[in-house]
Amino acid sequence: MSAADSVIETTNLSKRFGKFTAVNSISFSVQRGEIFGFLGANGAGKTTAIRMLCGLLIPSGGSGRVAGYDISTHASKLRSHIGYMSQRFSLYNDFLVKDNLFLYGSIYELNRINLNNRIDEISSLLGLKELLSKKTGTLPWGWQQRLSLACANLHQPDILFLDEPTGSVDPVSRRNFWDLIISLSEKGTTIFITTHHMDEAEYCHRISIMVQGRIAAIDTPQQLKLSTDSLTLQDAFIKIISAPGCNGAEK
Amino acid sequence: MSIVIVENLSKNYSGEHALRTVSFSVKKGTIYGIIGADGAGKTTLMRILTTLIPADSGTVSIMGYHFKKDVQSIRSSIGYMPQRFSLYQDLSVKENILFFADVFGISGTERKEGIQRLLSFSRLEKFKNRRAAHLSGGMKQKLALCCALIHKPQVLLLDEPTTGVDPVSRKEFSEILFDLKKQGITILVSTPYMDEADMCDELMIIHKGSVLRNGCPDSLKMDLPYRVYQVENRQQTVHCPPAVIKRKGIRMVYPSAGTIHVMADPEQINAEEVFEFTYAAFSGFETVKEVNPSIEDLFFYLVFSTDELKP
Ligand SMILES: Nc1ncnc2c1ncn2[C@@H]1O[C@H](COP(=O)(O)OP(=O)(O)OP(=O)(O)O)[C@@H](O)[C@H]1O
Ligand SMILES: [Mg+2]
Repeated sequence: MSAADSVIETTNLSKRFGKFTAVNSISFSVQRGEIFGFLGANGAGKTTAIRMLCGLLIPSGGSGRVAGYDISTHASKLRSHIGYMSQRFSLYNDFLVKDNLFLYGSIYELNRINLNNRIDEISSLLGLKELLSKKTGTLPWGWQQRLSLACANLHQPDILFLDEPTGSVDPVSRRNFWDLIISLSEKGTTIFITTHHMDEAEYCHRISIMVQGRIAAIDTPQQLKLSTDSLTLQDAFIKIISAPGCNGAEK
Repeated sequence: MSIVIVENLSKNYSGEHALRTVSFSVKKGTIYGIIGADGAGKTTLMRILTTLIPADSGTVSIMGYHFKKDVQSIRSSIGYMPQRFSLYQDLSVKENILFFADVFGISGTERKEGIQRLLSFSRLEKFKNRRAAHLSGGMKQKLALCCALIHKPQVLLLDEPTTGVDPVSRKEFSEILFDLKKQGITILVSTPYMDEADMCDELMIIHKGSVLRNGCPDSLKMDLPYRVYQVENRQQTVHCPPAVIKRKGIRMVYPSAGTIHVMADPEQINAEEVFEFTYAAFSGFETVKEVNPSIEDLFFYLVFSTDELKP
């Protein structure tokens, strides 16, 4: 794959909060259409990095390009090319499902006719059609997550950033959610996703594992298992996180 | 001896069943797991047990206390961590734990050792002076856990305590639970993680407000009337064919941690025929073998077969 195909690219990207370095000089790239699993220990810096890539947080050092735009200088331009589902994404519980969709669509300045078409399209793709007139707060959590995905995807972004979309979702609903992710990726959308469910990481084309602000490993799920001599990704993850020089190396 | 006894508990929310005649009991000093799909009723059940919301009918007894007559006694003998726990955002990590230690009247060496132990399990030691508002999602979750675990009540109710917690900390968390259990504490815990469910002494699978199964994980797994075959490849992830070939006796085909599981009815198809089916249906795999069913297999089976029966 040539560098021209990469839709996300960072060079020594860093973020400091006061004296604390949350993201410590990470460099990586993601190709168009890839499902990229952005994994790591709690507090490793994933959400902080994602917020920089979405143009919501200014880097303290290094640089990054997303969908062709510099994240430091063209943050507002890049935002219409990406969709972002944050870790504690919240919908308006009292709104009807369709009203949440309308609201998000209008944030992205889709015009009425376009928006109606898109809502139609996305709600059939995500199986939300029958729920459009239901109150959002009454839906089970897995369905609210699906609606969040629909909202983030209304303006047909090139890249979807999903920060722990399946946190407290049961195995059956998680599997259904991943079917959607895979079908979006097959349509050409790049997926940048974090999860603590290691069975989900298996669906990713490549994954990175962050520890204390740094990327400790980056490869395909199979290679990571082979190189750590692990049968499951869960074991590989635990080995990588607990390796001396990873967790042990204090800053 | 049963320390928690629940009989015929029902609860409706605006006409919809959140719980239907739920009955179970929990033995003292055991870990009791609750799993179920979204909206199954786990949180409603937890909240009734803590006396936070009333039931429509049925009874609960905890340590012999009645859930309506002895509300205060129940509240003072249980510990509860709700699914959406709120921390004091402007207090530091340590101040949050200290606050809960005070609330529960924990003092002296118990307090000192407790805090040290929890800070080290949660890996929050280095961040003990950081304001809760500035923690990552998983760090907040772990701090909430520390606050719930600082006191040692007779009965602990934990509603999805490990959501958003990374695999390393989840492992350490189960060790803490086993430790509490050794001290005779009874734990009721709900979880979306099937591997955690498998570690419980007893387990309840709840779906749409009704108990589908309960018992010890090993005997529940033996209940599965089907055989499970695992299709795997160490070099690459095996993908489920988009349109799985319909074949008599093949009940379900689904991905499981990088492999594919094929569930087959032994009365309709034998192992030989399953292997043949596999060779025809999948490409790019190395091996296929029969495996012992896991709790995840059982969960998939129960949810699908229950929904199939639905009109
Ligand atoms: N505003 C802030 N001020 C100070 N420190 C912060 C701030 N925001 C985040 N941090 C710290 O930066 C580190 C990285 O946090 P981040 O939320 O990026 O982690 P994460 O990898 O997303 O973790 P999780 O898996 O728990 O969601 C943490 O130590 C966190 O406490
Ligand atoms: Mg995060």
